[in-house]
Formats: sequence, C-alpha cells, structure tokens
Amino acid sequence: MSHFIRDHLHPTLALKLGFLVLASTGVIYLLAFFCGNQIARGLLHKAVEENTRNLARSTVHQIEAVLRAVEPLPQWLALRVASGQRGEQEITRMLQNELRSTPHIYGSAVAFAPGEYSGETNLFAPYVFRKEGRFQFVNLGVGAYDYCSQDWYLIPRETGKAVWTDPYYDEGGGEAMMCTYCVPFFREADGGRVFAGVVTADVQLEHLAQIVSSIKLYKTGYAFLLSQNGQFICHPNKDYLFKESIFSLADESGDKQWREIGRKMLRGGEGFVRARSPNTAFMSWLYYAPVSSGWAVGILFPEDEILADLHSLNRVVFWIGVVGFGLLLAAVIALSRGVTRPIRTLAHQTHEIARGNLDLAVPPVKSHDEVGDLTQSFENMRVALKEYVANLAATTAAKERIESELKIARTIQRSFLPKRFPPFPHRTELDIHAELEAAKEVGGDLYDFFLLDEHRLFFSIGDVSGKGVPAALFMAVAKTLMKGIAEQRLTPAQVLAKVNHELYVDNEQMLFVTVFCGILDLRTGELQFSNAGHLPPLLLRGPDSASWLELPKGIVLGVTDDAAYETWTLTLGPQDTLLLYTDGVTEARNPSREFFGDDRLRDFAGARCSASPKEMVEALIAAVRSYAGGEEQADDITLLALRYRGRS
Amino acid sequence: MASILALAVVGSLHWAAAAQDAAPMTKVTYLPHWIPQAQFAGYYMAAEKGFYRQHGLDVTILDGGPRKPVRKALVTGEATFGSHFLSSALKMRDDGVPLVHLAQITQRSALMIVAHKSHGVHSVKDLDGKKMTLWEDFTTQPEALFRKYNLRVKTITQGPTINLFMRGGVDASSAMLYNEYHLFLNSGLDENEVTVIFYDKHDLDFPEDSVLCLAETWRTKPDVCRAFVRATLEGWQYVLSHREESLRVVMQRTEQARTGTNRSHQRWMLERMCELIQPVPPATEMGVLSREAYDRVVRELKKGGQIKSAPAFEEFHVPLHP
Repeated sequence: MSHFIRDHLHPTLALKLGFLVLASTGVIYLLAFFCGNQIARGLLHKAVEENTRNLARSTVHQIEAVLRAVEPLPQWLALRVASGQRGEQEITRMLQNELRSTPHIYGSAVAFAPGEYSGETNLFAPYVFRKEGRFQFVNLGVGAYDYCSQDWYLIPRETGKAVWTDPYYDEGGGEAMMCTYCVPFFREADGGRVFAGVVTADVQLEHLAQIVSSIKLYKTGYAFLLSQNGQFICHPNKDYLFKESIFSLADESGDKQWREIGRKMLRGGEGFVRARSPNTAFMSWLYYAPVSSGWAVGILFPEDEILADLHSLNRVVFWIGVVGFGLLLAAVIALSRGVTRPIRTLAHQTHEIARGNLDLAVPPVKSHDEVGDLTQSFENMRVALKEYVANLAATTAAKERIESELKIARTIQRSFLPKRFPPFPHRTELDIHAELEAAKEVGGDLYDFFLLDEHRLFFSIGDVSGKGVPAALFMAVAKTLMKGIAEQRLTPAQVLAKVNHELYVDNEQMLFVTVFCGILDLRTGELQFSNAGHLPPLLLRGPDSASWLELPKGIVLGVTDDAAYETWTLTLGPQDTLLLYTDGVTEARNPSREFFGDDRLRDFAGARCSASPKEMVEALIAAVRSYAGGEEQADDITLLALRYRGRS
Repeated sequence: MASILALAVVGSLHWAAAAQDAAPMTKVTYLPHWIPQAQFAGYYMAAEKGFYRQHGLDVTILDGGPRKPVRKALVTGEATFGSHFLSSALKMRDDGVPLVHLAQITQRSALMIVAHKSHGVHSVKDLDGKKMTLWEDFTTQPEALFRKYNLRVKTITQGPTINLFMRGGVDASSAMLYNEYHLFLNSGLDENEVTVIFYDKHDLDFPEDSVLCLAETWRTKPDVCRAFVRATLEGWQYVLSHREESLRVVMQRTEQARTGTNRSHQRWMLERMCELIQPVPPATEMGVLSREAYDRVVRELKKGGQIKSAPAFEEFHVPLHP
C-alpha cells in the first residue's frame, strides 16, 4: 500500500511544474483581471456620466427651445399694451396673431389689474385659446374665475419679473394641464410706474412631457421633470404626477440624501450622484440639470444596468481564463513530460541498479543537456560501483581465507594448553582448573601445568604482548621453552631466566611475555614461585581472606638478555587456593567503559573460597561476562585456580 | 368560565347589532369645510369603524372644498352637520345664519406666519414694512397681531398655491401648521430657513375646527346632534391610537376625491391634528369649547370689525351632556 502511495499519489515533477506555472499565471491573471475591471469601471463611469450629461443637456435644450419660442411674444405684447394699445378688438387680434404664429402656444391672455382697463368693467382679461382647431375667446374677468389670485397673475405682480409658473390645471380657464409664461406690464404715473396687468402665454404640459418621457436609458432608466417646488411634472409612474414631490418621497422613504439632491436640483445645480432609488430601492445613478424656467431634469438608471456590459465582459474574460488555463495546463503537462521523459527513463533504469543489478547499462542519451550529463554520470557511477563490488568480493574472499586460517591457528594454539579436567584424577592432594576465553582475534594468553615428578607440580600463567598470529606464535614458543626448561629441575627463577634468554635471541619483533610460574611440593605444600612482570595472584586462605600474593621483582620475558629473577617460597596449608589470572579479567569493561577491577575480583573470589576451583573459575568467567554486558571482549580472559588439599 | 363569559359578550354584541339594524337609522349628512384630508380623519374613522351606526346614525360624508361652502349647505339643508373655523361660525351667526356650536375639535390655532429669514424676518417685529399674504377668511388674528405690535405690514390676498411665497414674491405668508407649512418643507424649504410665528404665543390663540348645525336641528333633534358629536369624538379617539390605519383610510378618501396629495403630507397633517385636538389645560375633555377661548375669539372679532355682536356663550355652544 505504501509503495502504491509513493509511486502513484506523490506529485510528479510534471504536476509540480504545472501547478507552479498555473499558480503564478493565475496570480498574474487575477491581478490583471481586477486592475482591468477597476479601470474599465472608471472608464465606464466616465463614459456613462458623459453620455447622461449629454442626454440631460439635450433634454433641457429641447424644453428650453419650446420655452424660448414662446417667450418673445408675450414680451412684445406687453410692450404694446403698456404703450397704450388697449382696444378690446385690437388686443383680441393681437392674441390671435400670436397663437397663429407660434404653434407651441396653447392660449394667451392680457389680464388687467383691477380698474386698469379703461372700460366700465373692473376686471378685464381677454383670453384666446385653442379648442377643437379653432380659437376660442373668453373674458376671464367675468364669472367665478378669480384671476387676481392665480399664480400667473400674482407672481409677476409681486416680483415685477416675467416668470414661468409651475404647471397647473387651469380650471375655468384653458381647462388643461399647462404652464404659463407671464410678463407684467406697467403704467407710467407720478414719475413712477404702476402695475397694470399681465400678459400670458400658455404651453400645454403634454408637449413638454413628451420630450421627457421619450427618454429611455439602458433597460429601465428614465427621465423625470421637477417643478420649482420639487413636484413631479413628468415621471414614468403616473401616480406621482402632481402628487408626490422629490421631498415627499425622501420623507416617506426616510432617505435624507434625496432631500439634499432635491434642494440642489431646484437651486439650479447640475451633477451626477449615486443614490438609492426612492421608488425601486435599487442603487442608482442620477444626472440632474436645471431648466431655465426653474425646473429640473433628472435622469435615473439602476447601477446594475450600466454595469451589465462590464459584467458580460467579465464573463467573457472569465471563460477565456478558464479555457486558457485548461490549454496552458495541457501545454505545461506535455512540455514537462517531454522534459522529464529521459529523467523518468533514467529513474526506471537506476531503480534496477538500486536493486543491485549493476550489469544493466544505462542507455546512452544523445542530448547534451543536464539530463544527458546526469545519465552519463549515472553510467560512470554504475561502472565504478561494479568495479568496487568486484574488488570488495575479492577482498572479502581473502579476508575470509585469513580468518579461516586464524581460526585454525587458534585451534592449534588452544591444543597446546591442557584441557582435560581434572588432569590428575588420582592425585587427591591437588585440585586444579583453568579456562582460557579467547577474544575474537588470536590472543597471546597461556597457562600450563604438569608434574615434574611424583611430588612436584609446575604451573604457570602468561600473557604475550600484542595480538594476532605473531603473539600466538610467540606464546607457543614461550610455552614450549618453559616446559622444556622446567623439566631440567631448575628453580622457577632459573626457568624464567633461561626462557628469557632463549626468547631474547632473535626477538626482532620485540615481543614480550609476562609469566608467573611456581613449583608446588605436593607433600609439604611448599610453593616456590617467581614472576616476570605478571599480575600478582590471589591467595585464598579461608573465608574472606583473599589477599594479593607478594611477588619478587622481575622484568617481562624477551626484552633484555641479562634479566634476573628471584624465587620466593611460601607454604600452602590444606584448602589454600591460589588464583591466577590475566589482565583480560581485571581490564574487562562494562558499557560505561569502567574496568572490572582488582577489588571486584578479590571480593568476588574471596566470597567463593569454599567453591571448587572449577566452580570458582566458571563463576568468575560468568561474572566478567555479565559485567561486560554486550561489550565486545577485547582481550583473552584466562583463569587458573589451584587448591592444595594436603596429604590425606 | 372565561370562554362562557366571552360567548356571553359576543352574544350580547350580536344582539345589540341586531337591535341597531332593526331600529331605523337616522340619515344625516356632514360637510367638512375643506377637501378630503387628514384634517377630518376622526369623521372618516367614525364612519369606517361603525361608530356612527352604533349611535343610530347613517352618516353621509360629503366632499368639501372651496366650491362647496358649508354655510350654503347648512342653510339649504343639504348638510345636517358641518364643520368650520370657530371664527367663521361666529361671523356666519353675526351674518344671520342661525347656527349652534356642537363641539370644538381643534383646541388651538394651527394658523401661523411663515417668513423668509433671507428677507430679514427673524421675529414678529421684523414683519414691520414687509409684504405678507393673508387669506381673506383669516385676517382677524394677523391684523390683531399687527395692531398689538404696531406693525405696518403690506398685506396681499393669499391665493390657493404656495408658489408666490416659494418664489420670494412676498416676505411672509399665512400657513396652517398641518398643511401649508409642511407643503413649504416638502417643496425643499428647510425649517432653519424660515421664521415661524404662532398666534398662541401672542395671546391670540383661536380654537379652530368646530362642529356646527342649524339651531332648528338642535331644537328638534338634540339626541341626533349628541349622537353625531359622540361618535365623531370616538372616531378621533380611534385615530389617536390607530394612526397608520387612519392614514390608510385618509389616503383612500384623498385618492377618491383626486386631491393630488401624498402620504408624506397626510401623515404630517394627521400627526399635527392629533396634537391640536388635545384638550388645553385645565380642560380635560375633548370637544368642549371653553368660555375663555370663546370670549377671546369674540373680543378679537369685534375689535377687528369682523362681527358686530355675538350670542351668549350658552346660546351658541350647546352642551353635550343634557
């Protein structure tokens, strides 16, 4: 399972490369997309503002064209009336001419201030208007129509200026929705001028409304026209007309922004603002511009609609991105597969090599790129490895042969040592046991014992310097010499001196050996002993009485020709035990590199003085091994225990 | 137990309704003194919620307006009941129309003066030498104010629109708090751009909307008169606690009559009416005319030469409780 995952689910180089390329391209794409979008928004906003400004201004221009066409006539008429042309028929004729010359004018009146008309009537206001294709005439001063309280009369009278009224339904007059241009005229009197009346020209609102209601912008954008009081004169929602004002909508919707917009519009402001539509609640844009009559045109359209083009552009860019990314992914994968094919081939081949098949040559690569170099290096490595392995095999074979020979050497060396225990089963005065635990390499420890005659036992223990075959051979020589010389009935000191002499001759290797040897008289227990640089044996004389045997001075064998040795004497009592050992015992180390030590040996042996020499030796070897733990044995471990039982 | 009680209540209501249906309803008509608007919301709600029927009346509310004078409708009998300003009622009475006053709906004067701060009017005294429009029917209070502060104001008859004031043709204008003042605001004028002067601050507070009928009607059908007033006051009580519902009904009335108003304006008017109908302390009861207010109105009308004489308070204002 884990192999499957490693082989199949780990991202391949091609995939990693593809991901990296796509991720960086994606970041660049998104950055470009958002920057582009922002810039496009800005440009779009600018273009839309420009567009709606033109539209609003052209609408204003169209409305004003109608107003401008109307204004000169009542102005001219006012001058005429003010200059005294006041005959009823004359006025009626002038009014009719006015209507005839200007089709925009629906009706026109000359309204005299009370008492200003020269006739008998107090109120006189001849009014001519169109009805069913003909001109109708009425005197507004007669009947219930109180023209003196109408805006078209009051406002010019009080302001002294020509003005356009707000749209109104002229009940009792023109009977139509209209707005009126009204021009005051004056009479000269007492050096000043006195208000004498008003000349009016009516324009039907329907005509102006058509200009505004014809405007359609985007899907639901529309235009509206506000009166001087903010009332809707034109609006696609007919329920608003002459009922709602921009301020009443602001009040009902609780949107203070519209009140501010309304005030700006009615003060002749022009601008482009973003606001929530008070009737649809959509976020919208409004362009507003003033009309010279004091009205204001507004063009409103939902923001979404101007962004619709941008959104569709975004959709196109998005899909281009998606398709582009797909193609890019395919291209990157194809390319990276091409690039990585030799690498994958190489990986496959080296997989075989890794499994040990060094005979499989890496196929030569023709390309001179990095992959080619790598392949060549692999081939070189394979050849080198193959050579190395061949060399290693040869070396190993040689080493194995040597080891086998060493093993034989060790066997031969061991065969020199007495191995049969008990060695003298018929001798009750004596109990002797010895063991040599060889280290891995051939070591140089030795021990020996034999009866010189019926009553005397020669025994020795020694340790040759160094290891390996030279030490083993030196040990064999030393032991053989010692046995030969000991049998010449010499004292231990003489034996050592002779052996030393023999060893010294031709000792070009400068090897040496430490030896302790002794001769025990089995009748008396008298022990003669001498030492050549060996460790002092332990003398055990009853429970917990282990002590180091004091030794005469003597240099190791084989280093100097004139070495002198002494023989000392000691009498062993029955059950006294002498324990001989080599430094393999006391210098055994545990895993924390601490020596087994003299004290531990003394205490251990002292506690086991009642055990037989065999048990003691075996227990000691076991103790040393357990102390060493897993540590490799560095040196031979040799122990020889000799117990004198006395004569029975 | 509770459900049994509820059943009993429902049962008795049914019985009461059945009894009313069975008894003949008295047909009466009522003419308000202006076009349908929130100023008359209490009458509309009394009709809408069945308060008139509960008092045994089948009331037809006529559409008022400048072409439908209350005086004529009362005299000809076209309207059983009408409403008008208290001062107008006293003038009619002085003019020989035998009217009695049944109830006083608005307890305070909604009439006010609105002036352009930009024309230099910041207080009453600044009106001196200024031009102001006055309604023909409402000259008493302004003229009394001018006399009181010795102001020389050039007055002009006020037309039906607010445009003359909005265009700056005059410095000041009369206005009703519940009507024209809000029309100014909803025409883009901000409250901080105008100076407002209320008459009650100058001891010229006139209670305004009154319920009126001919003395003959009162003499022959006092129970019908009392029932009309009680049901009307219940209607106003209902308006106080159900303003949105009342506003809906008002808007229906204005749409039927095509008055060309809007919800924002009617909402304002309804709120102001709810303030104006509250009894003025120490009075605690709605609909009652205080002798003090009556005397004040009579005094100012006489001073202004609007009336020569006035009836005694008891003769004019008839008690609701027999």
